[in-house]
Amino acid sequence: MIKKEMIAMLLAGGQGSRLGVLTSNLAKPAVAFGGKYKIIDFPLSNCINSGIDTVGVLTQYRPLRLNQHIGIGIPWDLDRSIGGVTVLPPYEKSENSQWYTGTANAIYQNLEYIDYYNPEYVLILSGDHIYKMDYEVMLDYHKSMEADITLATYEVPMEEASRFGVVITDGNGVIQEFEEKPEKPRSNKASMGIYIFKWSILKAALQELKDVPSCDFGKHVIPHCHEQGAKVVAYDFKGYWKDVGTLGSYWEANMELVDIIPEFNLYEEFWRIYTKSDILPPQYIDESGTVTESIVGEGTEVYGEVQHCVIGSGVTIGKGAIVKDSIIMNNTVIEEGAIVNKAIIAENVKVGKNTELGVGEEATNEYKPHIYSFGLVTIGENSVIPDNVKIGKNTAIYGTTKASEYPDGLLKSGSSLIKVGDLA
Amino acid sequence: MRAIGVILAGGNSSRMGELSAKRAVAAMPVTGSYRAIDFSLSNMTNSHIQKVAVFTQYNSRSLNEHLNSSKWWDFGRKQGGLYVFTPTITSTNSYWYQGTADALYQNISFLKDSHEPYVVIASGDGVYKLDYNKVLEEHIRKGADITVVCKDINPEEDDVSRFGVVKYNDDMQVVDFEEKPLVAQTQTASIGVYVIRRRQLIELLEACAKEGRTDFVKDILIRYKNVKKIYAYKMDSYWRNIGTIESYYKTNMDFLKKDIRDYFFRQYPDVYSKVDDLPPAKYNKDAVVNNSLIASGCIINGTVENSVLFKKVYVGNNCVIRNSIILNDVHIGDNSVIENCIVESRDTLRANTIHTAEPGQIKIVVEKNFRYAL
Repeated sequence: MIKKEMIAMLLAGGQGSRLGVLTSNLAKPAVAFGGKYKIIDFPLSNCINSGIDTVGVLTQYRPLRLNQHIGIGIPWDLDRSIGGVTVLPPYEKSENSQWYTGTANAIYQNLEYIDYYNPEYVLILSGDHIYKMDYEVMLDYHKSMEADITLATYEVPMEEASRFGVVITDGNGVIQEFEEKPEKPRSNKASMGIYIFKWSILKAALQELKDVPSCDFGKHVIPHCHEQGAKVVAYDFKGYWKDVGTLGSYWEANMELVDIIPEFNLYEEFWRIYTKSDILPPQYIDESGTVTESIVGEGTEVYGEVQHCVIGSGVTIGKGAIVKDSIIMNNTVIEEGAIVNKAIIAENVKVGKNTELGVGEEATNEYKPHIYSFGLVTIGENSVIPDNVKIGKNTAIYGTTKASEYPDGLLKSGSSLIKVGDLA
Repeated sequence: MRAIGVILAGGNSSRMGELSAKRAVAAMPVTGSYRAIDFSLSNMTNSHIQKVAVFTQYNSRSLNEHLNSSKWWDFGRKQGGLYVFTPTITSTNSYWYQGTADALYQNISFLKDSHEPYVVIASGDGVYKLDYNKVLEEHIRKGADITVVCKDINPEEDDVSRFGVVKYNDDMQVVDFEEKPLVAQTQTASIGVYVIRRRQLIELLEACAKEGRTDFVKDILIRYKNVKKIYAYKMDSYWRNIGTIESYYKTNMDFLKKDIRDYFFRQYPDVYSKVDDLPPAKYNKDAVVNNSLIASGCIINGTVENSVLFKKVYVGNNCVIRNSIILNDVHIGDNSVIENCIVESRDTLRANTIHTAEPGQIKIVVEKNFRYAL
């Protein structure tokens, strides 16, 4: 008989459109982080480290890269004969076929998957946060509180609380009220989007709410259960937790990793983070190369100067190149003499010789000002930057670009040059 | 699936000194991220050989640990897969493997129960890339009984007389084979890779065992060299054996050259290894690294020049490491100086430690101090 105490459902279908060109061709959970990892590695590693061996990963937006990354779950020891990791895309039904219209709707469409494992509890996770968390401790808390639903919460600064869904609890941690992005927050306990449900309660709620359009956990399911009298408690999480939803916060969270003793420490033996590594060889630093205040992935070769950077695997930094305050993802080539300042460069990009990235004064991005800010240069995967051009701040580039597309050899601050993908 | 694979990884080399005191040579870490046996194992999988037996005997703990799952070389198969054979006691035999032929003979059922017509035998201490299918095709074309893969050794690079020395005629047929001769007749060494028909091998092993003979090279290759058709297959690409301290040191240092790195790391096919899930290497503010290989999990605060740092090495402030090889999980305290050394894995060097050897000399450092670990 198949029986799992708790299984996890990991919501990984979102685009994460605020990451701009980084997610033009892949879902946000598949975006690289910290040199060799992808964002989804953190919740997946947390699962296996917490003793959860059954994880359903709900995909929807451009799932290819996620599928390739997850495979049958070998890197996380999630290749199991019963359980393990299963990728769950939306599927056609004899009637009412639909995409996943909301977080709870996605789970509703996979009731059969959960029922197969016959769990007591279901853990709902999202695939876009950087943190280490023992879900087993949260489950123990859930049991000791005799709760129906436990929400993980995180204390955020009061002035930022209005960006989150916040909860108001009584003295015992039992939730009295919810406020979704309140203008005047009465609490700074933000919901982290991590829930433990008694499966019977969740199943009933999903069935009752099945006709709600875009059925969502925060907006519909949890308030509904609360109204029905379910005991909803807050589990106060004290560790490191970072939402990397915007380019600015993504850049910052990466850069924190190079601190002498980073708040989020990847070097602890305890609670390792696992990932699929295709590139194994050691990295090589040439006589002409220098690397300081940086982390660097496997197989990278440095012939130039790297300072305060997060560099992925299989990267080449050419002779005379100077790369500062930047994130360079796997297999990208920065050619000789290029100068890169405060840039996020995705996988397999070629940055031509003697180019200069991040020049001039900041200017508001004309195309999507709320996305391309923070003074960053953002370059999507597989892009090509021709030799000898200059690129300003708050800019975005995606696709194979030619020198003729840079007026006077310059892409000025605040401009975008997007040639492929949905945005072209 | 014309062939099964056999990797002879039992050996210990007295010429490796302290380095192989606690591990088989095949389990020696090489070039930062790999272990010696990864090269033969990857060659097997890249040659589409799906059933491979590793024979091990001398202190096999670290080798067994490395081979704890066959997934990493894609041997995690229902058909075939990776077999590790260590000596066992049976009702008729309670001896260790008396030699390579004896190791095979004691596990002859592995050979008998297979149905692939050929066997590729390799050793676990070579660093090279080779498509065994090419050797096999040549073996079939020549109608050979045994094919021996050979390589010309540059006398400046290595000493040919520590290998089997091969002399062959214009048709590539082996006319003489001497094991570790006092004076080598040629500069051609056997690299310890052989192709042989499976039934032929079983016959030879059984004949050997009857006469109480135990060594594959001495009692089969050399003894039968005038009876069986033994051919040489010349290999021109990179190959090195790591069985002495000098050759081990040189092999690692070879990877500081771009062409050798590109050949192994950036050209098809890849070399596989067990994945250790270590974080990226970290370079702090005062790190100065020149012409060096750094594996994942390292944290560097000092100066590193012309050196190879294996996985998870910690280099303290103001340290200077030159022309050295630092094996896995070594902690080097502040203000230490290490020159021309090989530092054994899991060593803990206290602050202000100095280990240097004259240029051209290699000092082996083994320092097991207490390390406070979380």
